Amino acid sequence: MSTVLASKEALAGKRSHPWLVAWTAGLVTTVLLYAFRDYWPWAWQYPREWNVPLRFWVSDFMSWLVNEFDLGLFTFKELTRSLSWLLHWPLAAAQSLLSAGFGIELSEDEMLRLPRLSWLGIVALAVILGHLARNWGLAALTGSCFLYLALFGQWDSAMVTLSSIIIAVPIGVTAGLLVGIWGFRSARVEAIITPVLDLMQTVPVFAYLVPVLFLFGFGPVAAMIATIIYATPPMVRCTMLSLKLVPTETVEFGRMAGCTRRQLLWRVQIPSARPTLMVGVNQVIMLSLNMVIIASMIGAGGLGFDVLSSLKRLQFGQGVEAGLAITLLAIALDRLSQAFANQPPPEHREQPTSWLKRHPHLGIALAVILVTTGLGVFVDALRSLPENLTLTTGPFWNDVVSWVNVNFFDELDAVKSWLLLNFLIPVKRFLLQLPWVAVTGLVALAGYQLGGWRLALVSASLALFIAVTGNWEKSMISIYLCGISVLFAAAIGIPIGIWAALNNRVHRVVQNIIDTLQTLPSFVYLIPVVMLFRVGDFSAMIAIVAYAVVPAIRYTDHGIRQVPPDLIEASRAMGCSRLQLLRRVQLPMAMPEIMLGINQTIMMALAMLVITALVGTRDLGQEVYIALTKADTGRGVVAGVCVAFIAIIADRLIGAWARKKKRELGLA
Amino acid sequence: MATTESISSADLSEQLTPENGSKISCRGVWKLFGDDAEGFLADYSGAPSTEAIQRAGLIGAVRDASFDVGDGEIFVIMGLSGSGKSTLVRCMSRLIEPTAGEVIFDNRNLLEASERELTEIRRHKMGMVFQHFALLPHLSVLGNVAFPLQVQGVERSKREARALEVIELVGLKGRERYYPRELSGGQQQRVGIARSLAVEPDIWLLDEPFSALDPLIRREMQDEFLRLQNMLHKTIVFITHDFDEAIRLADRIAIMKDGEIIQIGAPEALVLNPASDYVAEFTRDIPRAKVLTTGAIMEPLQNRESLRGRVSMHSKIAEVSEQVVAADGDVAVVDDDGNMVGRLSRDTVLAVLVGKSASS
Ligand SMILES: Nc1ncnc2c1ncn2[C@@H]1O[C@H](COP(=O)(O)OP(=O)(O)OP(=O)(O)O)[C@@H](O)[C@H]1O
Ligand SMILES: [Mg+2]
Repeated sequence: MSTVLASKEALAGKRSHPWLVAWTAGLVTTVLLYAFRDYWPWAWQYPREWNVPLRFWVSDFMSWLVNEFDLGLFTFKELTRSLSWLLHWPLAAAQSLLSAGFGIELSEDEMLRLPRLSWLGIVALAVILGHLARNWGLAALTGSCFLYLALFGQWDSAMVTLSSIIIAVPIGVTAGLLVGIWGFRSARVEAIITPVLDLMQTVPVFAYLVPVLFLFGFGPVAAMIATIIYATPPMVRCTMLSLKLVPTETVEFGRMAGCTRRQLLWRVQIPSARPTLMVGVNQVIMLSLNMVIIASMIGAGGLGFDVLSSLKRLQFGQGVEAGLAITLLAIALDRLSQAFANQPPPEHREQPTSWLKRHPHLGIALAVILVTTGLGVFVDALRSLPENLTLTTGPFWNDVVSWVNVNFFDELDAVKSWLLLNFLIPVKRFLLQLPWVAVTGLVALAGYQLGGWRLALVSASLALFIAVTGNWEKSMISIYLCGISVLFAAAIGIPIGIWAALNNRVHRVVQNIIDTLQTLPSFVYLIPVVMLFRVGDFSAMIAIVAYAVVPAIRYTDHGIRQVPPDLIEASRAMGCSRLQLLRRVQLPMAMPEIMLGINQTIMMALAMLVITALVGTRDLGQEVYIALTKADTGRGVVAGVCVAFIAIIADRLIGAWARKKKRELGLA
Repeated sequence: MATTESISSADLSEQLTPENGSKISCRGVWKLFGDDAEGFLADYSGAPSTEAIQRAGLIGAVRDASFDVGDGEIFVIMGLSGSGKSTLVRCMSRLIEPTAGEVIFDNRNLLEASERELTEIRRHKMGMVFQHFALLPHLSVLGNVAFPLQVQGVERSKREARALEVIELVGLKGRERYYPRELSGGQQQRVGIARSLAVEPDIWLLDEPFSALDPLIRREMQDEFLRLQNMLHKTIVFITHDFDEAIRLADRIAIMKDGEIIQIGAPEALVLNPASDYVAEFTRDIPRAKVLTTGAIMEPLQNRESLRGRVSMHSKIAEVSEQVVAADGDVAVVDDDGNMVGRLSRDTVLAVLVGKSASS
């Protein structure tokens, strides 16, 4: 935040005078409001009596929805029930296929038991898919990821997780595609969808779980519904974007060929939009995985459940193994879907006559699956890997943690305490003492300076919403945790980004690391943090920094690399040293991009913040988490929306600043 | 200059109407981009000035365009970038809905056709070629060329047989199974051409089909285009911003500027009688000898006895210059029946050859 304020004066240049006056006046008012807090207590801490009981209204509305709302032919409850019932079938089928096996009742006491797919067959399938999507390298990667799952005893849980994903992803992709097409075809629909998508993508994950839990109950189907809702928005966005990106001439060709509207869409526009659509599919897969893990809180089971329960029981070894399993599953799915997305357009080749020769991958895959699964009926080892063949690293990780704690406890604790006492707690106190009226006013002022009246109005009313719904204090704690984490993330990420921008070898290494970091579901970050630092604000901060540092690095690197080369040559010719070049040319030119990175960092920090409620913070995230455990929809939704509003305020202010700056630098 | 005085203005009067009956015509076609363009046009009773359009914040992409394209004619529309050529040709197929005017195709107003009729007309009677080829990346050459037949519901064996025919016609035999990205730019445009011919259209619209190609390939494609036209005799509207190309291909040329057609005529007429400096600017770097015919610059007959040799009045100067310059006197110009209609002096031809502007 302070960066924004400081640079604004520089930005305004000659006109900085009135702004300086305005900001001084604002700050003086803040101090005055604080000084006279005994006279006007209402301007300092938002009075409880003024709270609008929005959360009760929401809860009442939800109760009414579930208990009384009648749609004519059927009630709302019947609607949710039948939706659950409908979704239950494919999910059950996938789970039987991958993890439980089928049991078909033939008569009273006769059961036909069909085995699940053999683990060996699925590992082979992963290899075949890797080869089909790209090459043997990818095949080796995906194969070994799945082999890990089998060898380290994670197979059963991983298959539960995977079965949710293979059902959720097609549903999410189809739904996203259809909604996206609708938005593409109608400007009015698009105008409605876009802000809803904005909100959906800033509302923290937990906030989805609360109403879903309330409407659909506890269990895998509810978890899958939450997953689909959470993972669909990027597909909608990608669909609208990709259809808009289809070259005008291509569409004109389709119309000239005499396509009907439907032919045009399905035969011309959608195939031409494939590359961007596939990016959407990749995102749906990754978000589904992220959500399925978190949705273990409302009964998804699988790997997420393993991590959650081992964290609760402080069994780190198991936590690490399950976390690693999630990570490898994520990497395998990500690389596979990206490889399919980036496949070049087809090339001609001889058309062989036999079916097998035309579809070698499909043929081999079918054969391997059938053979291994069929043999599995007789050979137990093919159904599940025998216990004595699986490995475990659990005790090893437990030892590592013990060893670290025995040998470094004092050091770690000292760092933690020092930071808490000298930095975290004072900042938190300071923020909590700020008069809410003044903060709202300053937000409005920043909005006015950066984007005019509209932005001022929007930011101030969002801030007001937070106060009015009684979430001011918790929001301040969120802002404190998020702000400090972002500060650290920037302090770590920007230098790394600069280094990567200046050195190609570093660039490649860093790129690989952050690509991997970005595929990890947010949950995974909690495991090592809790192992080393136990619970509390400090642990939360570390997890947030680790999760949110990626965009700071990526955007800095990219921002510096995109500085026009002729500008750099000109500066060199004028005799700039490397350091001067960096300080006077590259960094200022990259600043807008870097700020966009910081913006992303803030968004990711807020997303993670809510998840760190699991390690005992006291902010909005905790509020949502408590609401989840109590199934208190109103409380959870309102707190979730408050998080979204903080995100939106930050996003709009920084976005406005970066656009302004980019225009000034002639980069846009 | 003396050479031009002899040309009566009637000979080169704006050839608004083609010789053999018109196939497609535009009557007062307007296209204004912007909000409520129709209301605006109505307010000005259909004829707003440039300033009025600008003041209203509209873009006058096509302004009051009227012309006829004859059966089997190559009608070239040319003008600088942004002059409205693409918009005009798209108005003719209603890819862009004109703001006002009529487009008459086979004696009926296209703008009154229903969506369904329009689809039928596009499916069977119109073919279009695009500047950036607009091939579908997921289909092979065969798939692309057969695509227009496929959307009509023609059965597979039939449409593929027809597609193979046109693929051979454009010289891509053997590449049917290739995908667009495996082909060079010139080859891709051959696919685009084949595709537009697959349905045997009556009218063929080409929007800068060769502009994205290298000059050498462009030349080759122009020859190819002329070869095809000699076989097929389509009615053609061809867009280009290259005057050389226009002259090589056109029967008649329409010149556009800021949305307006400022002159229509045979290449020769534009060179000799440019309607404005804008037109003259285009024609300036054109070697006159390649455009002008002997008939256009000949002088009246005076002394029949002194004439040495004879040339056809339809020959280009470049073709006969050697003969005229080598002759030791004026040369006779004859019409198709061999009647002498004028004479050509060495000085006149030399003046054209050294590039002195014939019109200034
Ligand atoms: N959809 C549109 N909305 C607004 N203005 C447009 C639109 N399409 C074209 N124009 C404007 O109409 C004018 C004519 O454009 P058009 O594309 O027809 O020109 P052109 O002669 O084909 O140019 P080029 O040689 O670059 O293809 C231009 O000023 C262009 O900016
Ligand atoms: Mg154009």
